[in-house]
Amino acid sequence: MVQTTPLWEVFIRPRNGLSHKHVGSIHAADEVLALQAARDVYTRRGEGNSIWVVRSADIHASDPDQAAENFEPTADKIYRHPTFYDIPEEVGHM
Amino acid sequence: MYSQGLIGADGRTTESEEFLARFQARIDAEEKIEPTDAMPEGYRRTLVRQIGQHAHSEIVGMLPEGNWITRAPSLRRKAALLAKVQDEGGHGLYLYCAAETLGVSREEMTEELLTGKAKYSSIFNYPTLSWADIGIIGWLVDGAAIMNQIPLCRCSYGPYARAMIRVCKEESFHQRQGYELCMSLAFGTPEQKAMVQDALNRWWWPSIMMFGPHDADSQHSDQSMAWKIKRFSNDELRQKFIDATVPQAEYLGLTLPDPDLKWNEEKGGYDHGPIDWSEFWRVVKGQGPMARDRIKARKKAWDEGAWVREAALAHAEKRRARKMAAE
Repeated sequence: MVQTTPLWEVFIRPRNGLSHKHVGSIHAADEVLALQAARDVYTRRGEGNSIWVVRSADIHASDPDQAAENFEPTADKIYRHPTFYDIPEEVGHM
Repeated sequence: MYSQGLIGADGRTTESEEFLARFQARIDAEEKIEPTDAMPEGYRRTLVRQIGQHAHSEIVGMLPEGNWITRAPSLRRKAALLAKVQDEGGHGLYLYCAAETLGVSREEMTEELLTGKAKYSSIFNYPTLSWADIGIIGWLVDGAAIMNQIPLCRCSYGPYARAMIRVCKEESFHQRQGYELCMSLAFGTPEQKAMVQDALNRWWWPSIMMFGPHDADSQHSDQSMAWKIKRFSNDELRQKFIDATVPQAEYLGLTLPDPDLKWNEEKGGYDHGPIDWSEFWRVVKGQGPMARDRIKARKKAWDEGAWVREAALAHAEKRRARKMAAE
């Protein structure tokens, strides 16, 4: 059987102070080659100063069919938001 | 670089009316579709084919320009050409990754390219005969690609749109270095000017064919437009490209090889002469002067790289086993 080259997800930190952000993926045999390939493919014009690579197979994602039950509650719990509470203008900015 | 002219899209789909209506409502609301979302099979198939053709075009597109790297006339031009060809390879990789999110593997796509099952942009089946071709390709072929790719940044499929944003950021350098190269020849010696005019004569018609068949003959466009994979018709984009290019050619003092090209005050754009579509289809079907060479070169690279891929995997496996043993 021909072995296939694994897929890696690539995350780049554009500059210090920002978090790493997903930019795409890359095929590579191991993490050393994945980092090299990610540098060549995703940082040719100063896009960042740090790279993370993660095996795509190691990522666990939420089920899109459960999006409603997972994320819907935020829409009907409006009392979680500051604008739900009326504060008189005299009190000033709060 | 690459353009429109998706060849043989097949948007047929068999889902229920209700499912399709729900999907269409999401598209109409300008919601992006992401890999794990439910989508019609025809939508998925059209995207796999389009993104695949686009990726293959980027990869095959490295060949006509790579042909001139060793013969670039100065270090400045060589560095620019190397960077451009490397970008094309990068664009191919962003796009393969976008296609892979739709459930097709890199191996399948590579296989389809090498067996001739998958198409790529017919523009790369023309030879690059002189150094001036490198300038003309940047100016016209990348220029046409930009016209097409900017609307693709708003494509309804998220991973494709995101890949295109990266691609578009880089394309502008491609077109500008090409135009600058054309300037240096057009304003150079009479021989240099003749060389760039000759290149323009050969590349003009293939470039405007890159936008694909006329709207009236483009069978699969309507569904792609409805799904917002495509935002403008072939003829609209071709018109935009011609209108932008004519003044650029005038600045260079070069003549576009179309005697019927003239300003149409009423429509506020240029009219152009008839396009030889029989040539377009001949080239699409693999009868371009370079079609066989292109695939041969890709096959050679793939076959001769096999031991590198195998060695890298074997090395990774050995390191993994050693690490396991140590733990």
